[in-house]
Amino acid sequence: MGVPVDQILVQTVNGLVNGMILALVASGLTLIFGIMDVVNFAHGDLVMLGGFVGAVTIAATGNFWVALLVAALVVAVFGAALQISTLRPLLGRDPLTTILATFGVSLVLQKYALWQWGPSARNLPEPITGRFDLFYLQYPWYRVATALLAGAMIGGLWLFLKRGKYGIWIRATTQDRVMASAMGIPVPWVHTGVFAIGAAMAAASGVLFGPLGGVTQTMGADFTLRAFIVVVVGGMGNLGGSILAAIFISLLEAYASLVVSPAQAVIVSFVALILTLLFRPTGLFVPTPK
Amino acid sequence: MSGRPSQRGYWIGFGVVLGLLIVAPLVLPPFWQRFVTEILIWGLLAMSSDILIGYTGMVSFGHSAFFGLGMYGAAAALLSVAPPNLWLALLYGLVGAGLVAVFVAFFSTRLREIYFSITTLVFSQIFYVIIFTWTAVTGGENGLTFRQPGLGLPGLGARAFTPTTLHWFVLAVVTLSYLVLRRITQSPFGMVLQSIRENEPRTRAIGYAVERYKIVAVMLSGLFAGLAGVLYAIQNKFAAPDFVFFLVSGEVVIFNVMGGVGTLVGPIAGAAFFLLLREGLSRYFEYYLIPVGIIFTLMVIFLPQGFLGFLRRRLNQ
Repeated sequence: MGVPVDQILVQTVNGLVNGMILALVASGLTLIFGIMDVVNFAHGDLVMLGGFVGAVTIAATGNFWVALLVAALVVAVFGAALQISTLRPLLGRDPLTTILATFGVSLVLQKYALWQWGPSARNLPEPITGRFDLFYLQYPWYRVATALLAGAMIGGLWLFLKRGKYGIWIRATTQDRVMASAMGIPVPWVHTGVFAIGAAMAAASGVLFGPLGGVTQTMGADFTLRAFIVVVVGGMGNLGGSILAAIFISLLEAYASLVVSPAQAVIVSFVALILTLLFRPTGLFVPTPK
Repeated sequence: MSGRPSQRGYWIGFGVVLGLLIVAPLVLPPFWQRFVTEILIWGLLAMSSDILIGYTGMVSFGHSAFFGLGMYGAAAALLSVAPPNLWLALLYGLVGAGLVAVFVAFFSTRLREIYFSITTLVFSQIFYVIIFTWTAVTGGENGLTFRQPGLGLPGLGARAFTPTTLHWFVLAVVTLSYLVLRRITQSPFGMVLQSIRENEPRTRAIGYAVERYKIVAVMLSGLFAGLAGVLYAIQNKFAAPDFVFFLVSGEVVIFNVMGGVGTLVGPIAGAAFFLLLREGLSRYFEYYLIPVGIIFTLMVIFLPQGFLGFLRRRLNQ
């Protein structure tokens, strides 16, 4: 084949950066699944919504970081409202009904975005414009910053789960909903809170992704699919596994796009998912269940 | 069996609906004539999916793959021989959908519940990407266009379809498929499928090879979905990658939930309701899927049985 080493290294960096953004999306999805058995088909559309809220805020304020914060907050509130109105009535029913309900929500969000913001992609400006030399190209610092920021947010989530009262509430609810409720934990509100956190992380990914790939109303489906793949490959409901799987899948796609077109490179991650499900359905990056 | 009053009621209802559908093209204006034909085709697709959703308890999010392969299979047949032959299109479409169904069934049935749904979804996306990017064979984004075949029997020559005869042809295929599927769901095989839906471990414990039953169910479902794809290709004279995209699968699930799963006719009613809603709303509001999505979500929460769910018992007698 003879693919030059420098191309492989550049794709490694690309894969890592995309992987961190994807990990941010997927960790919200897996948190939501882990705690309430909800398969959120609208998760990618929350990414998209965050991207558009960010774009609107940037147009109004001109500041990327303000936009990131506003998008996360707005979508978190929206996510909480969505959880209370749509998912709370479905608690205790078959997880499949949550796929159906959130699929309906996904349709609504996608068409709402098309209605409000039109079909064309919006490119957000890069808040950090510096570049550094990486072999044959000028690599933007913003991409590196994105990966670090996404990593910091995931780290923050992890700390939040491990330390403090609310983290314990969430972990307790994940382990045993009924018992947690008996101990006085307000389980319905924990669910709402977790959904809001997941939505905020999705929105933040949308804003961070904006300068890289642009914000369009169709990006939601793409993110949903990828996040599903990552979450299943990493092991449903497993945070660490999802992060590793996000990086793994993104690297696979980055390397595959050296050989085939990026549109076809997606197939590699599809195949990775199917192989995982066939041979290790509990997930690649989790210890073997006893 | 046939003497029971509820059975008689069922067949009277069947006859009345069938009669109305036979007369429909003769009395409706051309637009609605075509519309009813289209409802029947989407209804067949939804009905094929009901075998899995309603009777086996597996929600497929990948029926667009079977539908699309039926479409492209028909396209291959219609483009390769002149004059285009209807029966060859049916054969190619069914073979195309059947091959994909074997493949998907083999892998996806090892998984349950949401994992099955996600796997079928991912499989349909694989076929979507292949069809979308393999421009030399599939026409890529533009798809394929072809001439409509005539309705004819081997050795007797063919007559071009008129909208009315096309409607009758589609109606005949859909009615036959319905009767076959109904018979299947009432057969011992269908009973095992329903037992898998009710309690899979117990079905296995009784001694049924659950995986084998599931594989056959997915293949059956895929074949009928492919049949719907062939009909759609014949009606519209094109095959396009959009129909392989998973949103079509999602719409199929919507038809099922709206009409009522586990009834076979419910999904057709759901398709009719969805398409009518779309037709009615899209005249006033370009983004008709917003209200449709809201109605669908509300139905999932408040009316999970669908419109015809209350008839479920009687329809399965």
